Amino acid sequence: MKGDQPLGKMLSLENVKKSYVEPNGDLLPVLDIDHFDVDVGEQMVIVGRSGCGKTTLLHVISGISRADEGTVTVDGIQIGSLAESVRDRFRADTIGYVFQTFNLLPGFSALENVMLGMTFSRGRREAGRARQLLDRMGLSHRLSHKPGTMSVGEQQRVAVARALANRPKLLLADEPTANVDPGNQQQIVDLIRETCEEENVALLLVTHAPEVANQFQRIDRLEEVNKIAIGS
Amino acid sequence: MSRWKIAWRSVQRRGLASALTGFSMALGVMLVVGVVSIHGLVEESFRNNSSIGYNMIVGAKGGSLQLVLNTVYYLSEPVENIPYSYYQEFLSAQQIVDYRDQVGMEELGEERDGQFNLFTKLAIPVCLGDYYGRFRVVGTTPGFFDNVIYDPLEGKRYEFGQGRNFRTSSDEHGYFECVVGANVAREHKLQIGAKISATHGDPEGELHDEHPFTIVGILKPSGTPNDRAVFVNIEGFYLMDGHAKPLEKEDDTGTTAVAGEAEIPNENPESKKVFRPISVREREVTAVLVKTVNQVVTPGLSENISEGPSAQAALPVKEIYGLFHAIVGPIQQMLLLMTVMICLVSGISILVSIYNSMSDRQQEIAIMRALGAGRSTVMSVVFFESIILSLGGGLLGWLGGHFLIGLASPQIEERTGVAIGFVDFPAIRLNDHLDVQIIVDLINVLGRLIGAQPVQNLMLPTELWLIPGLLLLAILVGFLPAMAAYRTDVAKALSANP
Ligand SMILES: Nc1ncnc2c1ncn2[C@@H]1O[C@H](COP(=O)(O)OP(=O)(O)O)[C@@H](O)[C@H]1O
Ligand SMILES: [Mg+2]
Repeated sequence: MKGDQPLGKMLSLENVKKSYVEPNGDLLPVLDIDHFDVDVGEQMVIVGRSGCGKTTLLHVISGISRADEGTVTVDGIQIGSLAESVRDRFRADTIGYVFQTFNLLPGFSALENVMLGMTFSRGRREAGRARQLLDRMGLSHRLSHKPGTMSVGEQQRVAVARALANRPKLLLADEPTANVDPGNQQQIVDLIRETCEEENVALLLVTHAPEVANQFQRIDRLEEVNKIAIGS
Repeated sequence: MSRWKIAWRSVQRRGLASALTGFSMALGVMLVVGVVSIHGLVEESFRNNSSIGYNMIVGAKGGSLQLVLNTVYYLSEPVENIPYSYYQEFLSAQQIVDYRDQVGMEELGEERDGQFNLFTKLAIPVCLGDYYGRFRVVGTTPGFFDNVIYDPLEGKRYEFGQGRNFRTSSDEHGYFECVVGANVAREHKLQIGAKISATHGDPEGELHDEHPFTIVGILKPSGTPNDRAVFVNIEGFYLMDGHAKPLEKEDDTGTTAVAGEAEIPNENPESKKVFRPISVREREVTAVLVKTVNQVVTPGLSENISEGPSAQAALPVKEIYGLFHAIVGPIQQMLLLMTVMICLVSGISILVSIYNSMSDRQQEIAIMRALGAGRSTVMSVVFFESIILSLGGGLLGWLGGHFLIGLASPQIEERTGVAIGFVDFPAIRLNDHLDVQIIVDLINVLGRLIGAQPVQNLMLPTELWLIPGLLLLAILVGFLPAMAAYRTDVAKALSANP
């Protein structure tokens, strides 16, 4: 654990609003969050029904989408104020991301997919680190396999290894076990939590599944954080 | 992982489409290479061969291009003749006397310096009109091989692979020695000592069987049209039926007899007939190959000859240059344009192939963007993919093209007399197109410091243009898909479940 800022904020949102323009031209408000934050190294979960805006929230935090209003601060940087290319680089350096499905590039081996996680960041591109992470995920025998030849659970573990490859400070996990068979769900959640703990990475996991959410100490319901209730 | 590798993985993933589009580009480039190589080399060899040791051709009045094609390349219909005495105008009195003695005659024209002798470094007579198979028979003097340096830049002379040059008059074969070009020997499987007879007028003409010529030498290939000709002693040539100009009956000044049986010292024991050389007034030559003492006198001399009543002078370099500009150049350009169009079409097929795959790739691009790749990065990956297919296909086509040319080179050499190796690349002289004298001077100044030979020309292999050309094509072709990659809506692509 870094000594200088143990209790600092890794992430904070202030007055963030986000709406989508629907095909018929109507505005669909999705997010309206007064305040929300995550501490350095903290692990937390946000639960919410399908369609309530969890993915949108992670997109806004990671800078993939822009908030319409308000500020998103990650590791002390207001990402809304960054130029797009700087924001991309910031994401490459600071954030790890695990999606619900189709995380991996089909043309690349497991090892190459993990290497891709450090390709766009400033840090060093070490094959050793990629191997070590895959080993940690119990996949050392799968290094040269293409995603198509791996089970969904294995693919998600490769995705977790890739999300950590660039030594991020914040890991965003978007329903990482939603498409995995129940027998393997727990293993993946455990791996995510353990490695984040080991590497002192703050974890923000979103899910609609109570059995995943209930393992976390801090559980926020998006319906409570967010003033807008949709997706019911 | 580099962007090139990312692009390469994408090429690999769409293996069949990539292979087909790359292959079509390879075919296009192969055609470009073929057209450029063959035409470039033919043109180059034509130009080179237009100055193989002489710079002026003197012959009968008529088309000067025809004179050049006939005497240098052995193409086109034979032309009219000029008197032998006109040839002697290029010789010195001493040369006339020396030759007369070699032939073994009492008298062979006026023994004075010819009017053009002062401007002449070398003058070789040639008589055309007969054939050996499909090859031309050239009646000439031994000087054709003894005195001519056919590649002045490299100081190359004709060499004999076997045997020796023919002699004006030899003890064994009299006036009937000959030398054959490399291709002739190969095609007719000729050996030293074999006796050959020419046919008169054209390949199917009447056979000159009065007296065959004995092969005393086989030339090494020189890459000149002379690989494809038979060279007979001009004295023997004159003794064949119909080669002596008939003398008018009224002409009572004629002191020498017509060609035919007679007793002269140079008799050939093997033959029942005894031959003796014909007189100057019976002699004609088709052309005189002239090397002037320097280029300064050439235009004046040529004008002087052409203004006179009996002959014309043609400058082969000028004639061939004109030929290429008028005919061969435009044809070559058209062919080149067509092959370039084929490359363009291949480029469009690459565009279609990549563009069609873009919708499948939205997801992959979005993942890379989520991992922190910028818009410009995903765009450049698509450009690299287009470059890999264009340049990679192009490289394959280039290798394939040169491989095929290498395979075809024996045939090409056979048909055109031009030898093309696998690694011969035609070059263009930049000097012809641009004012690059400053660069040439600069190179020479630098060259002198390291003691290098000065250069006259800046050569640039024509095929080098393929690299920037294909690169430009790849960028044009990659532009639309790259823009699609650039514009990818990451959030939408990540939410859309394929
Ligand atoms: N690009 C978009 N354009 C319009 N509406 C969208 C878009 N993305 C998501 N939505 C809508 O926004 C709401 C929230 O979506 P999302 O954040 O994906 O929810 P969750 O991840 O919680 O299921 C949904 O009603 C969805 O239909
Ligand atoms: Mg979602």
